[in-house]
Order: sequence, then structure tokens, then C-alpha cells
Amino acid sequence: MSFSQELEIHFDSLSSSLFSCLKQNEELNLTLSAEQSDFLRFNRAKIRQNTFVEQKSLSLQFQCKGRQVAFEFVLSGQLETDQRLGQKLIDRARLEIEVLPEDDYLVPMENRGESRSSHVGALPKVYAAMDSIVDLSRGTDFVGFYSAGPQVRANRNSKGQKHWFSNESFFIDYSLFTSNVDEEIKAVKGVYSDTAWNSEHFQNRLQLSKNQLSLSRRKSVQVKPGNYRTYLAPAATSEICGMLSQNALSLSALKKGSCPFAKLYDGKETLSPHFSLKENFRLGFCHRFNSLGELAPEELHLIEAGQLKNMLVSTRAEREYGTKSNAAEAGMFGTEGLRSPEIAPGSLAEAEALQKLGTGLYLSNLHYLNWSDLASARLTGMTRYACFWVEQGEVVGPISDMRFDDSLYQILGSSLENVTREQCIDPGISTYFMRELGAKKVPGLLLSQFSLTL
Amino acid sequence: MQTSLSIPLYQEGELNLNTAIQRFAPQAEWVGIRLVEETTHSRSVRNHRPDGNSISFDRGVMIEVLHAGHFGYAGTSDFSEQGLNRAFHKALELAKAGSKHKIFSFTEAQRPCSVGHYQTAVFRGLDSESLKEFTDLLMAASRALKPSEKIVTAVAAARIVETRIHCVASNGTETDQKFLLLANNFSATAQVGVDSQTRSANGGVARCLQMGLEAFDRQEILQKCAQVSEEALLLLEAPNCPSDSRDLILAPDQMLLQIHESIGHPLELDRILGDERNYAGSSFVKAKDFGNLKYGSDLMNVTFDPSMPGEYASYGFDDCGNPAKREFLIEKGVLKRGLGSLESQVRSGLPGVANFRSASWNRAPIDRMANINLEPGTSSLKDMISQTEKGIYMEANISWSIDDYRNKFQFGCEFARLIENGELKGIVKNPNYRGITVPFWSSLKAVGSADEVEIYGTPWCGKGEPSQVIRVGHASPPCLFSNIEVFGGGQ
Repeated sequence: MSFSQELEIHFDSLSSSLFSCLKQNEELNLTLSAEQSDFLRFNRAKIRQNTFVEQKSLSLQFQCKGRQVAFEFVLSGQLETDQRLGQKLIDRARLEIEVLPEDDYLVPMENRGESRSSHVGALPKVYAAMDSIVDLSRGTDFVGFYSAGPQVRANRNSKGQKHWFSNESFFIDYSLFTSNVDEEIKAVKGVYSDTAWNSEHFQNRLQLSKNQLSLSRRKSVQVKPGNYRTYLAPAATSEICGMLSQNALSLSALKKGSCPFAKLYDGKETLSPHFSLKENFRLGFCHRFNSLGELAPEELHLIEAGQLKNMLVSTRAEREYGTKSNAAEAGMFGTEGLRSPEIAPGSLAEAEALQKLGTGLYLSNLHYLNWSDLASARLTGMTRYACFWVEQGEVVGPISDMRFDDSLYQILGSSLENVTREQCIDPGISTYFMRELGAKKVPGLLLSQFSLTL
Repeated sequence: MQTSLSIPLYQEGELNLNTAIQRFAPQAEWVGIRLVEETTHSRSVRNHRPDGNSISFDRGVMIEVLHAGHFGYAGTSDFSEQGLNRAFHKALELAKAGSKHKIFSFTEAQRPCSVGHYQTAVFRGLDSESLKEFTDLLMAASRALKPSEKIVTAVAAARIVETRIHCVASNGTETDQKFLLLANNFSATAQVGVDSQTRSANGGVARCLQMGLEAFDRQEILQKCAQVSEEALLLLEAPNCPSDSRDLILAPDQMLLQIHESIGHPLELDRILGDERNYAGSSFVKAKDFGNLKYGSDLMNVTFDPSMPGEYASYGFDDCGNPAKREFLIEKGVLKRGLGSLESQVRSGLPGVANFRSASWNRAPIDRMANINLEPGTSSLKDMISQTEKGIYMEANISWSIDDYRNKFQFGCEFARLIENGELKGIVKNPNYRGITVPFWSSLKAVGSADEVEIYGTPWCGKGEPSQVIRVGHASPPCLFSNIEVFGGGQ
């Protein structure tokens, strides 16, 4: 039996056991997150560290008397042990409920239905992946990270709600390094992700990176701070899209005074008619149900042709602020974020992007973004990897890493000239605590100006 | 009997690491088991209402096996004999497979035999306070943070972490360390129309200490909350920070970020060795710079100090069993030593420290910061202000960004006051500054004395593949830097 199959049986048995412990007027919501992961870390085309991790974490939300307590514990996989720990936590929850103040915005549990999604991949044995990656990257300064294995997200509650999502996938996120004619270190970035490993596909992806690396070996062009025509390749767009997930479209953040798009919401600022963004769960990279077991709409238009259509609203926010929920997930800090974003394509053929850029900057990647002024939706960050100075549609040479500081009302607004027809899937590669699920679907952006500051 | 904060879910001794090691030792050149048990209490109140009461219990082991110069790792939370056996064999197989392609041939010397204990000094443990008393404190703090309707968000939050790290290895190592780690956040956001300003006690994640509940001093917290809300309202009315170059005084609660990003990370030897280039990045520091590079002015003295009482990342041993001790990283502005574990030291031939640390049982250790401190000087905040003709004083980090070689940074603070002709003047909002690491530290003009040192930290330092967050501590007095580019908000 596979990891996912064994775990599904365990989760069902454990859930039923814990629900049977509940007394009258007590409700319990259980959310399972689990993975079995192979991690390979490479430096200079050699293995630096390799790790296998099997982890299963169960979250319990206990409700009674208008109050809620949440616990999370790591499952051992031994039913008796996990039942004992779960029951101890329910006993503790009963004590806390007697002490804590009433929660005015508590979302009572309901049966919001059932869903089931299970994808089986064709993943290689970790030893085969190791040999293949070392073999194909030989002779390069390859540094990267391979992560593979099954992932599970599941939810059940004492009202009868039941959701299951499992898949098997891998990614290899890597960089190739070189020195240019000025002996400056230059690099390019690549990622190969799928549910079935294919060495030929990886080899092709690596060859594209090698080709791009050859441009980085040219003599550097010194770029001074200032405003430049700029093409943001899809990976750079993805970084900006990531920032949109940090409070920009969260109703809770808006009400809490921490939303960078407050002026957009208020109609005091606009975005470009070229820019549209939606949540699109049809992409199929992550589960539609949230931690309450609510199913998000398959598509939710957030910004259409520069106009704000919807904010992300959790059901807890609906109870507090009276705005209808769209089953968004409230994250660690209680603000809603994007889970399956897609930025709509435009009319610019990617192959013509440099020609349309003319003279300016081609930026493959951005790095370490943060808000520099929330009220103005201003972002700062760095250029990284394959970033070039372009003249009359031709790459002249790589630039040094530069800092930018610019407002989203310019980047996605007045400076946005066009968007590429082609979109790229940028898979989620975060592995903090656990491997993330999901991906972003993003195009390239052509900007009439982009502000470099250092 | 009242419900206390303490929640003893796990029983000590449920897993005998020594028995497991005896079973595995004959099958491996070297084997180690690291047990991590961690309970994290997250309790928060927003606008006088409960906003979150969650407690997480994390427990598992990482089994580490050396074979032919390479370490393989396997993590599991299944403590049955079968579960541990599976993890051991997985680690052994990974070590064997990895050894064919290893980047370096390690030996047992990178896993020294250590025996010892470490425990946080605690005066008031979690069983000394009831959940009701603690919740009442957060409610009272939230009220103190919201004296006006203009304060739309008043958050009082606490994060309490109990951690045990127990390591046993086939070479006789046995270290057992128990930590109590406290962090709190008291913040107020003032808003009128689309303008808002957030002010907090020392920044959202800075108030991190390693001690008992004595860290939660009710009187001090309520006073601080009243000040925070008052300053949030003042910021809302304040003009933007000017855009020019001037002298900059950073309070200790911003120095923490400056030290962390522009000293701590660039000195990590694994970055210099290239391991981290695909994720967090490399470093402008080269191997040849140790002993030679003038990193900052003569006033700059920086230590790695895991022995500082009360600081967030103090410990007795790192995760490979290396006993932790204080070391100078930078002396009189000259770079002396890197932040590298025994593995990085043998790979690079450079001096390092005991900093091979993992986020939990499910991650292999890598080079991390612990407590990185700027040693005190002889000046004072008062003297620094009085010697500044045109300057600005900034407190509490709110925004941070730096390049992957740790050169070009831009940091923002919550609160600032202008300095003119040796006197503090008006408050300005959205204060930011930017610079390049070595020129910035070379402009260090004055360092506060020992009685102005404040201790902060963060639970959220991210790095590594797979990614890990680690706890770090940073202690510093206020410091004066000359002629720095500053700017405010707006487009």
C-alpha cells in the first residue's frame, strides 16, 4: 500500500475515534497535512546533503460555548498512540474553553460536503534521480535542490464533512554559475517540475539554461540608478504576484489598516487595462478546500482590466466585517492570500518581447521583495540571475545586481505597456516546515519604465 | 485548580535513544539520533477579543548515518522499533548512494564526542501562571493599545516555545538541552481614510528572549502599549521622512536587523562555500578576506555569543555536538572568523563556530546564526544626538531587503525623529535608508556603551534547501552612522 493509501485509512480511523469522544455541543474540525519527501541538495554538481523525511501533522479545532481552541500535533502513524494524544488534547481543550473569552467571530462548523482528488505520479527512485542529475549536470557549476514524493491534505469535521487531496510530484530548482569576461560571477535559474520524471525533459531544460548562461559571459554593462524600459520575464512577474498575496487583496488586511491596495479599493488609484488577475483552481495544482473545509469557487476574478472586482474574504472576516465570504484561507496572521493565482495573458508574443522592449532591461528574476511604503503600494527588491542590458532588441551584456523601488500602481498600472501571450507555470517550491502545494500561472510584463535606485 | 499555561503532552522516557543507538551502531561507521520535542503556544488578542489560541506539539527524530565520507539523513515521527529501523536503513542507504557523488569526504571528526546538559535559566515557569491570568494580561494590553477609534488594530500576542533537543551517537555523545523561549508583539495600527501607520513595541517580531514568564512584566507591558498607541497616532499626523543624506542613529531594535542581514548572513561559511547559492544566496565575503577585510570602522566589534544569558539563541551544543562558546567575528573592524560549523570549517580551512543547527527533527543541520552581537563602545545616545548637526534617529524595523551577495540593502523603520543641531526634533513617518554593507559599516561613527545594550531576536530567519526557520538573537547598543541616504514614503 502506498503512503497516501495507508494514511487515508489511518486518518479515517483516527477521526472517527476522536469524533466519538465528543460530548453534546462540542464540535471538532480536523485538518491533515502530510508528506513523504526525498530531498537532494547539490553544490558544484555534487551531493551536499540528502535527506528523507516522513511527516504527518494533524490540526484540531475544538469548538464549544462560542469559543474555539486549536491544537496541532505530529502523528506517529501508530493508531493507539495518536488516539491517546488526540484525546488528551480534547481534554485540554475543554479546560481552556472554560477560561477563554467568547469569540464573537467564530465560524461554527457545518457539513460543507465532500470532495476527493488523488493523483498518482511516476516518480523515480531517489537513487536514480541522484545519478541522473549528477550525470546530466557534470561539467557545470550546478547548484540546486530536488524534492519529490507524495503530499496529502485532508479535512474532516464532526458534522460529517470530508475532503481528501493527495498527489505525487517532484521539482528540481537549480542555478548554473559562470564567470563573465570581466571575471564577475553570473548565473541563470531554472526549474523542472512534473508528476513523472523524464531525463530527456530535464536535459532539454538544462540545455536552455546553458544557452542563457552563454549570454551572461559577455562583458557587463554598468547601469546607473534611474528609470528604464524593462521586460520582466515570467519568473520575475511571479515574484510580484507573490507580493500580491501579502495583504494586497486581503479584505482583513484592508480593514486592519495593512493593505497596500487600499487606494485601489477606494478608487483613488487604478491599474492598467492590460492587467487581470484571478484565483484559478482549475489549474489543479492545489486543493480547493480550505482549512474549514469550504470549497473556494473554481475561478474568482480579483482584478479585471485594471479594475478591482473582488477582495479575498474568509468566512471569519465575513462574520467580522459583513462582506460575503469567498472561502479564502486566512493565513498565519489572519489575512487572506492567493492560493492558485493566474495573471491573464496579453497580446505580446514572447518571441518579440526584446524587439518591443527596444532599449532597456531584460530581467529574468527578482529577489527579496518587500513593501517599502504600504500606502503607495511601493515595493523594493533586487534583480537576480540572468538580467541584461538590451539595445534595439539585442542583448548587449549582463548587468550587475540592481535594487529597484517602485509602486505597483506604476508596475501594474501606468507603466504596463503589454503582457505576453504566453504564460508560464511557476511551481510552488517553498519547503518551510512542509512542501507547499500549488503554482502560479504568469506571463511576462513589458514596462515603459521601472525605477532602479541603487 | 486553575488551568495553567503548562501542557505536558509527552512523557519523558517514552523513547530510549541509547537502546536504539546500540541496535544501529554495529551496522554503521557512525550513527546519531537527534530527538526534538517542541511545544509552541501562540495566543493573541485583537481589539479586546480573542484572535487565536493555538498550541502545536512537534516531535520526531532525525537519524544520521556516516558512510564512506558522507552523511545520510532520515527523519521520522514513528517511534516504534519498526519505525526507527526503517528510518535508520533509509539514512544508511542515502549515505551509501550519496557517497558516490559527495562534495567532500567527512569523517567522525565532524561529530565530536560531547556529553553535557543545557537548560534555560527560568525563574517563573509555565506552571506558575494560569491561562486566565495570561489571557487577562493580553486583553489589558490590547485595551492600552486602543485609546482611540483611530486605532483600527490593536494586537497583543505572545509566542511561548518549550524545546528539548536530545542527541545520542555511537561515539558516546549524549547532550540534552531544554529551552524556554518567549516572544511577544504589542502593536497598534492607526488609520484615517486610506492612510495608516503601524507602531509596535520594538518591531513586530523583535521582542524575543530565552527566560521564564518573568519576561512578561505587566506594568512594563501596559506602559509600553500606551506609548505605542500614542506614537501610532502621532505618526499618522507626521510628515514623510525627508529624502537626502544625513547622519543616522539606529536604536537597538533596528540594529538587530542591520546586524542580522549585513553581518550575520554574509559571514555564513556555507554561503561562501556555495551551498546556498540557489536559494538565499552567496556572499560578497571571500575566503581570502578572513584576517584581512576591513569590514567597518575601528569601533566595530562583533561576537558570536551563544552564552549570553536571556538571549534568544543561547545554547550549550550545536546539532553535531560541538560545544558552543563566544568568539569574535570582527575585531576593530577587521574580519576574523566566519559562521561555519565543523563541516564548513574542514571544507574551507577557515575558523568557525558551533553553529550547525536545524529547525527541527525533520531537517538536516546547516550553518546558521545564533546570537550575533555588536559589542558596546563608549558613547551614549545622548552624546550621539548632541554631536549630530543634521541627522535622524530611527527605531523598530518594518521593512527589509538585501541582495543575494548581501551588499545592497534597503531597510525601513516604524518611527523616526529628525535631529537638528544636536537636538531631537519632530517625528517623521515611513523612514527608510539604503546602503552597501562595507561602506555602511565603515561609516560607523559612535557606539553606545554597555548600559544601553538591548537584547532582541527573531524566530523567523529563513534559509536552506529544504527550507528552515531558525531562532536568532542580536544584542546591540544604539549606533551612529555618518552620511547615509534616507528617504520616506510616497511615489
